Amino acid sequence: MKFSFGRLGAVLRKELREYRRSPFIVGTMALLPLVFLVEPLITIFRIGPSVAANVVDKAVGATFLVLLIAPALLPAVIAAYSVVGEREQGTLEPLLTTPLRREELLLGKAVGVVVPAVGIAYVLFALIQVCARLFASNAAVVSALGQGPHILAEILFAPLLAGWSICVGIGISTRASDVRVAQQLGTLSSLPPLAVVALVSFNVFTPSVTLAVVFAMVLLVADVVLFRIVVALFDRERLITGASARRSSSGDGQVPPAGAVRRIRRIGGTDDG
Amino acid sequence: MVAETMTSARGDRPSGKPPALVVDHLTKRFGDRTAFEDVSFSVAQGEVFGFLGPNGAGKTTTVRTLGTLIAPTSGSASVAGIPLTSVNGPEIRQRIAIMPENPGLYRRLTVTENLQLFAGLYEQRNGAARIGEALEAVNLTARAGDLCGSLSKGLLQRVGLARALLNDPAVMFLDEPTSGLDPVSTREVNDLINGLRQRGVTVFLTTHRLEEAERLCDRVAILNTRLRLVGRPDELRERLFSRSLLVETLHPVVAPDDVFNSTEGVESWRPEGTSSYVVNVADPRNIAPHLTRALVAAGADVVSISESRHSLEDVYLQLIDDDPEASQR
Repeated sequence: MKFSFGRLGAVLRKELREYRRSPFIVGTMALLPLVFLVEPLITIFRIGPSVAANVVDKAVGATFLVLLIAPALLPAVIAAYSVVGEREQGTLEPLLTTPLRREELLLGKAVGVVVPAVGIAYVLFALIQVCARLFASNAAVVSALGQGPHILAEILFAPLLAGWSICVGIGISTRASDVRVAQQLGTLSSLPPLAVVALVSFNVFTPSVTLAVVFAMVLLVADVVLFRIVVALFDRERLITGASARRSSSGDGQVPPAGAVRRIRRIGGTDDG
Repeated sequence: MVAETMTSARGDRPSGKPPALVVDHLTKRFGDRTAFEDVSFSVAQGEVFGFLGPNGAGKTTTVRTLGTLIAPTSGSASVAGIPLTSVNGPEIRQRIAIMPENPGLYRRLTVTENLQLFAGLYEQRNGAARIGEALEAVNLTARAGDLCGSLSKGLLQRVGLARALLNDPAVMFLDEPTSGLDPVSTREVNDLINGLRQRGVTVFLTTHRLEEAERLCDRVAILNTRLRLVGRPDELRERLFSRSLLVETLHPVVAPDDVFNSTEGVESWRPEGTSSYVVNVADPRNIAPHLTRALVAAGADVVSISESRHSLEDVYLQLIDDDPEASQR
């Protein structure tokens, strides 16, 4: 049985319906970046017409850092809940009794978190652009915010950074036995890519279209590799019984044990899913 | 003792069609702990098969193993005609349905939305129609738009059953489907299981309710880590208990030994209370008139003579009481 976009779509629709029924989940996701954006926004609005260009760049860089923190940091908590949360509310076992493959389940859940996270990031970015045009007293601020590399970075990095932290969050969620532990660990997941973003935002690396594209490519590859590792970590038996397939099955029977190591080798193949 | 002699009995039910389930020396261990061991049985297509056993006997683990949720340690099986291997997992799951003890529904979604998710996972082309049929089958059409979080346990169980009907399964595993339900809801679930039998669906039913198993199941298996017994409930009674007549008289019989031992066909007897007697016989229906005449001739005032009926519960308790593993659990 091959990978099915129909089953993936069913999982995604369920995720989005749950958000719709609990608007606070998405609402509170937007709240934190809004709070963090207040200070840099005030700073760039207060920059006078005669202020030097390097000061403008630094302030705009700080604003972008906050903008990119949003998609990297916020979905991690929800992603960390994704599998262990299903397990705690007793809905995971019925899901796993269907033909749903683990790739379909995890990708459906990941996309379900990416959509609101990236949506919020883009809305905030647009909001800042509008506010800058309305309230900034220095034309250089508007110009800096509207630079091609900055816009490209926002468009490319928001989903890629979200993808990284969502993959790490889901990975933690497949192995954690407690929602709180998973969510606490999940928040740490976004730190490595954010370190690079911080270096760019503070002009340690000079932002350019080339740098943005190269970094985006590296992040894309990292996301794909990470997702495959997360799929390999998904052990049905462990999630249902608390005992891993590798530990509980000696493998001396006629039925091959569904060991985690063997599964890693079969990623992308036609394993049990 | 009886349990030991019957441990590996497969108890096949003769049928022209290939069996829906074949389990052959299946074992599952979690580290040092054995969930179930050397379990063999087969279930015919369209059969309602009861799976009984005390808590911790391995019933749910067996269901999970046959449902490809967990891998067996050794042994083999085929489910809905498909060999139980990790590669065949999705194909097997497409042809079966498992209703766990906890229906596991999304409480923030409506009944229909929950079913839409699962219809999508089974890639039902006519999902809306299937959902309508499933809701009608469990008499829940009127509650289709209700949030699952607002439903009672009985209604949630019915939604779980509707979900299990969505893919028109060849084999349906029901794990304690009436657990925690009131008598009316229990009767509705039982009616539904009978309806499944009429539609030719194979039902694998784990339950603690022995009277339910006796009423619903064509055959039952009693598991206590190892399979103790497989057969029809009446067959099990005959295998475990001798057939007997329960005699009640107004006053104690004066010389019961003379009366009972002189009656042809009586194998043994024992008193039960002051004026009641249990008389073991090979053929209760034919011996009862002879015994009545003998008692009347001896001057006894016979109040009643009836055949003793051992329930499935008697069978179950007899087996479990004889089982040293049960007492250690």
